Amino acid sequence: MKTFQKIAVPIVAIALFLAVWEFLVWVNGWPNYVMASPSDLPEAYIRFWNLFVSGGWQTLWRTVAGLGLAVLFGTALGMVMGFSRVARDALYPLLVGFNAIPKATLVPVLALLFIGQHNFNTVLMAFLISFFPIAVSVGIGLSTLEPEYRDILRSLGASRFTIFRKIALPKTLPEFFGALKVSVTLAFIGTNLVEIISPHGRGLGALFLSGQTNSNYPLMFAVLIALAVLGIVLYYAVVALEKIFAGWAERPHG
Amino acid sequence: MTNLIEIKGVTHAYQTPNGPLPVLDNLNIAVPEGEFAAVVGPSGCGKSTLTRLIAGLMKPDTGEVWLHGERVKSPRKTVGMAFQNPVLLEWRSILDNVILPLEIVAPSMPRKQREARAEELLALVGLQGFESKRPSELSGGMRQRASLCRSIVHKPDVLIMDEPFGALDAFTREDLWQTMHALRASEPFTAVLITHDLRESVYLGDQVFVLSGRPARTQYVLDVHYPQAEGLRKLEGLYTPECAQMLATLREQIQIAQGRHPEQAVH
Repeated sequence: MKTFQKIAVPIVAIALFLAVWEFLVWVNGWPNYVMASPSDLPEAYIRFWNLFVSGGWQTLWRTVAGLGLAVLFGTALGMVMGFSRVARDALYPLLVGFNAIPKATLVPVLALLFIGQHNFNTVLMAFLISFFPIAVSVGIGLSTLEPEYRDILRSLGASRFTIFRKIALPKTLPEFFGALKVSVTLAFIGTNLVEIISPHGRGLGALFLSGQTNSNYPLMFAVLIALAVLGIVLYYAVVALEKIFAGWAERPHG
Repeated sequence: MTNLIEIKGVTHAYQTPNGPLPVLDNLNIAVPEGEFAAVVGPSGCGKSTLTRLIAGLMKPDTGEVWLHGERVKSPRKTVGMAFQNPVLLEWRSILDNVILPLEIVAPSMPRKQREARAEELLALVGLQGFESKRPSELSGGMRQRASLCRSIVHKPDVLIMDEPFGALDAFTREDLWQTMHALRASEPFTAVLITHDLRESVYLGDQVFVLSGRPARTQYVLDVHYPQAEGLRKLEGLYTPECAQMLATLREQIQIAQGRHPEQAVH
């Protein structure tokens, strides 16, 4: 019953959402170049399914690659900031400033720096936009570790690395996954940003752009829905990883 | 009898923006092997600094700390520590929490042997059946029991405790005191207990050291003659005239340490 409810409730919610959307389009008599309705979409998927598959794959792998880099770099940066006060004081304003820059402005910069390297540019953008939350949360997680936790092992003569591996790292995992949930969405936005803005883009973003160019409005909406689905898949992949590696942090339901 | 712990003329100050803050001033403490030393003193008098010095986590400005005839200059594997916060690792089971020090001190010990040792201790403190539970599933008193097991699992010479029972309610605390005596009866260690509770210091200690207010020096040493010759000490002993006398003496000393004259404080 519980499992059934867990699956059924979100499905009913999605079905309701689609019904309201369809109803609004019908009631207002919007033509599909103003607002496509859900019933327009299957046709677009059937006609362009091979483009959806190849575009979806490109968007997916570049997002995951960018996120992977963000995890490596963000964790390393977070460790540096977590262990050294000087590094924290030095890097924090820089990071905050960098994070405040609208990433769309970086697309032409990257396009000029690495001309024609579309895959590289896209992965780079996904990375640039998503490492910040990871670096900050790992940094805070490590720097707020209570000294007693360190002392249990330090009083036995354990090395800094052992203390990090056995205590600091696992203790920071819940914060890390919290940040990763934000980062995965950001990385996805970064990928699409480059795909849509940069000329000769690829992936779902480029498919959206071609829909716009050809005034194929149902296709554009179909791409948006495909993006939403992909975003949901990525997000829940992170949730699944969190359950495996940091499930202990979850409070038992009571 | 040799002294297992010897603190000789230790003076220490912390560097603060407002200049040095002296916390220990020519402190002397000696604890014979197998004895239990309780340390009491006013709040903020440097008791926790003392635990970190004995554990080798800090070096004193002047003076010496000796354990087992060796001068302490860095942490050593023969020390166990327990704090007011049980600091159990939430991602490990109770059993794996207790095993943790063995992973550092005896990395080559077979897993089976580690588990057997941890299970033995957990049974001794009344936690059999809870080995596979997570710390969050246990009550505060049970967590502190597990923390005590962890602090002695590697058979340390010295057990250093910094107010381990301070956050527990009065009844749980008394239970834990009795557990402490049960542990002492089967585990050979020399203990230093920092506490704010005078009854605790008398019930558990062989000697009670009263520290003066900051900077702390040894103001008074009480040899505990618990009104019971054999077996584990009974709680009822605390309510005898002998204990009342010892507690009164300690109370008086604490008031002096706080800078109050004992007669003034009596109303």
